[in-house]
Amino acid sequence: MAALDAGTSGTERDALGGAGLAGAGPPSAGQDLAQRGTWRPALSAFARNRVAITGLGLVSLIALFCFAGPVFYRTNQVTVQLNLATLPPSNGHPLGTDPSGYDVLGRLMLGGQSSLELGLAVSLATTIVGTLYGAIAGLAGGIVDAIMMRVIDTFLAIPSLVFLLILVNLFTPNLWIIILLITMLSWLTSARLVRGEVLTLRTREFVQAARMMGAGGWRIIVRHLVPNSIGVILVNATFTIADAILILSALSFLGLGLPPPHADWGTMLTNGLNYLFDGYWWLVYPPAIILIITVVAFNMIGDAIRDSLDVRLQRP
Amino acid sequence: MTRYLAQRAGQAAVVVIGLMILTFIMIHLEPGSAARSTLGVRATPGRIAIFNSTYGLNQPLYRQFLTYIDQVLHGNLGTSYSLQIPVSTLIAQRLPRDLLLLGLSTVLALLIAVPLGIYQAVRRGGVSDHVLTGASFTLYSTPDFLFAILLIALFSVQLHLLPPEAPQASSVGGMLADPRALVLPVATLALVTVASYSRYMRSSAIDVLAQEYIRVARAKGLPQRLILLRHVLRNSLLPVVTLVGLSFSWIVAGAVIAEEVFNYPGMGLLFYQAATTHDFPVLLGSTLVVGVATVIGNLAADVAYGILDPRIRYGRT
Repeated sequence: MAALDAGTSGTERDALGGAGLAGAGPPSAGQDLAQRGTWRPALSAFARNRVAITGLGLVSLIALFCFAGPVFYRTNQVTVQLNLATLPPSNGHPLGTDPSGYDVLGRLMLGGQSSLELGLAVSLATTIVGTLYGAIAGLAGGIVDAIMMRVIDTFLAIPSLVFLLILVNLFTPNLWIIILLITMLSWLTSARLVRGEVLTLRTREFVQAARMMGAGGWRIIVRHLVPNSIGVILVNATFTIADAILILSALSFLGLGLPPPHADWGTMLTNGLNYLFDGYWWLVYPPAIILIITVVAFNMIGDAIRDSLDVRLQRP
Repeated sequence: MTRYLAQRAGQAAVVVIGLMILTFIMIHLEPGSAARSTLGVRATPGRIAIFNSTYGLNQPLYRQFLTYIDQVLHGNLGTSYSLQIPVSTLIAQRLPRDLLLLGLSTVLALLIAVPLGIYQAVRRGGVSDHVLTGASFTLYSTPDFLFAILLIALFSVQLHLLPPEAPQASSVGGMLADPRALVLPVATLALVTVASYSRYMRSSAIDVLAQEYIRVARAKGLPQRLILLRHVLRNSLLPVVTLVGLSFSWIVAGAVIAEEVFNYPGMGLLFYQAATTHDFPVLLGSTLVVGVATVIGNLAADVAYGILDPRIRYGRT
């Protein structure tokens, strides 16, 4: 199996490379998790994966920056102060100020709060709705499944941004409406993925056995189908956070994002881009960099979870 | 194969009917009435009544739906509120330009992503693989609009190499006559897609490289170049074909942004302008056209998959 070995050694090398780093930390975590046999290999593979640790570290740092930052770094983000507009970075304002006189560093923290909250809320809602819909369709099969899937196909046929632009026009956007609208678009993928998993799972012996013992549809979904598709669900949930943050920034760029009292990285970036050619670089690069790093970090975590749960990649 | 295709075509037809229902529902979700939007806030009740009876808006919903389907099937997508031009005329003008933009950028993206993905798969775990993976992650995570504007800042403002605006010619031929102006819009759209295509190609090629037939090819002494060309390329392209079909809808989303930035006179810009001026007939007409195009794209991807992979043909007949 030379070719196969050559193919898998990448992850192995990753894992071995990270072993020195991870070896000191996680053994106790590993012992705690020993009771949950199925999780242990995946979790330890995840902990040994450098990409995973980097992604997780970055996300924690950014969350700390956004939510704990304002406690230590107090700025005025409420009243416009035109006498302080577009000041370059200085001791008082490490990242300068924007055209309304808001401190950019403080605004990054505030904007990050809405971007992260939105990403998490969309991901949570998407996961719940998508998982249930997919599991019900997959378990029901036949005509019910066919109808449920054609509904998804219909929604998927419309490009998400196009759909979102129409919907944003129908409702007055606020944080909740935007969470709802982005969720309406992203649950489709997770429903399809979960259905795919359920289609293979429902023929397996343990599901048949559960059914034979008289378990109802709901119990089979909650106790057997969902826990066994958790890998796919988790990976998709992570990617959804990243995508939601990007979609919000695209909406902000098109002028249909969160309305003014809110701050978010996409809006900051869009406003900053108007000043790019005036040399106000501190209005463009800080939000751009933190936005990209956040999205990259969530994608890294998603990728790493996928790698650590993918049995085929793990066993040579 | 025929049965499978018939089945898929049937599903696609159902989806198209679903799309019509969906766009019809959205027309009726429009706040205020079509008459108000078209005639303005100062229109008298009498004029509104005349408008409603002219356009059949005073009829029961199911009749309106049947009329709507009848009109759509006859190519009548309504008239733009703001431009007073039939939506079908607007779309007929814009669609060819979009095919140019989407076609060029997809071809470019594939030309870059396919070799890149295979290269990364072969060098898996090496320094170059890590660097390229990092690059594609970053590319994928960068908002399209930022990308487009940074390209303008670099190539138009700093280096004065390329114009910042897309060609404004009315025909596709005229647009091709100004190739320099096409570079930035096409590059923006291609770079966004390269990131995900190459990731996909990489994992697909890794799967193929682990197959036994590759081992056999190696064992019989086939040179690496031939292994990659004959076995890895063809087999790992399979999932990418489906991806290209499926990615149509987010390429269109990217096109909305790219066309807005570069003022590219395509469907995306039409759509964006309609969205900001609440021009519902245009919004829904173009949504329907793009939706149907997506369905056709997915169907075409399925057919291509069947042609490229004989196992599917045998399996389904």
